[in-house]
Amino acid sequence: MKVKLWGVRGSIPTSGPDTEKYGGNTSCASVAYGDHLLVLDGGTGIRQCGGACSASNRIDILLTHLHLDHIQGLGFFSPLFDPSKEIHIWGPASSSQSLFSRISRYLSPPLFPVLLRDVPCKLELHEVSNSVFDIGPFRIQSSYIIHPGPTVGYRIMRENFVFTYIPDHEPALGSHGMIQNPKWVSGYDLAEGADVLLHDAQYTKEEYPIRRGWGHSSINDAGLFASITSAKHTLFAHHDPSHSDAFLEEMLASFKLSSDVSVALAMEGSEIELT
Amino acid sequence: MAAHEIEIILNRQLADCLSIPVFITDTVGNLIFYNEPAEEVLGKRFEDTGEMPVEEWSTVFKPFDNNGNPMAPEELPLVRTLSDQYPYHKSFQIVSLKGKKQPISVTSYPIISRSGNFLGAVAIFWKQKLK
Repeated sequence: MKVKLWGVRGSIPTSGPDTEKYGGNTSCASVAYGDHLLVLDGGTGIRQCGGACSASNRIDILLTHLHLDHIQGLGFFSPLFDPSKEIHIWGPASSSQSLFSRISRYLSPPLFPVLLRDVPCKLELHEVSNSVFDIGPFRIQSSYIIHPGPTVGYRIMRENFVFTYIPDHEPALGSHGMIQNPKWVSGYDLAEGADVLLHDAQYTKEEYPIRRGWGHSSINDAGLFASITSAKHTLFAHHDPSHSDAFLEEMLASFKLSSDVSVALAMEGSEIELT
Repeated sequence: MAAHEIEIILNRQLADCLSIPVFITDTVGNLIFYNEPAEEVLGKRFEDTGEMPVEEWSTVFKPFDNNGNPMAPEELPLVRTLSDQYPYHKSFQIVSLKGKKQPISVTSYPIISRSGNFLGAVAIFWKQKLK
């Protein structure tokens, strides 16, 4: 299966020469196998993804949560406006409102001119929680993780390959940080032994304490999570909008001085083949 | 190894920040975490014991009502919460590790997940001043 990253920026899209290398679009990735296509999150990166998936009649969009940086691009995903397409949107269940109702808050006036119920494609919504389900050749596990509001991460499996997608996650929330026992680590089941783990690493170690509770990880906590879960390779993502390419590379270099886990910075446009 | 649901993990993280004794159990009453103030009540350290089966930790406390009569387990807040998944609060006395009776209030509540599943229970022990 082929993983492509369409947006790895956190919080708000950025543009300009300082963020050109790692990219300024917000969260979106795709996982493809044959004609089957999964799209992970609908941040601004999904706009370009839409133009690249004309071969698939059915497209499944898996939303981790409904913060704006994960749904802002949905209305610009061209297959939504193609009557020949069958689009399935999967997202975390809430205890109070339906997924349709929550997405419609954004995809409705005055924030957006077209109502979700009026998009021309064949649209179906599915709510997930701590679930395991199949889409085409993929087996998918979703679990609630620590992040404000209903939020899930996804473990995508095909044959023996595993790609885990947890772009927004604060497993270290607590007075003493992450509890270093797998049984007590949010998201552990999703990431255990993954071939590739994409994980939130928005902050430096120094930035994190004044942003505790915002739902994101320091690069050090992301590395610790990767180590505890024995992920084989980890992509640090959800880059802070204030972090330039040069700053991100300094963060990574500093992290690598104290850790030997296999990591890299997630980069918009990059592809990973899991074969 | 299956990890606990985040509702359980977050309850532990909260308990870890508090100065009052907090006990967290699974759905049948096995003790899956107790914080540092609870270690004083229990006379054991979580790091040493890890999780404790309900049969083991439930015998540590000897509860008495305010008239000095022994209380049946089903009168205790935590046992009631585990039974019907509702919160309870009750004041009674326990015999301390040193053999003294200690007035105490216990608040218990169920941990119901976002999906509506019963995951376990929490008991908070509020020490009362001796009169």
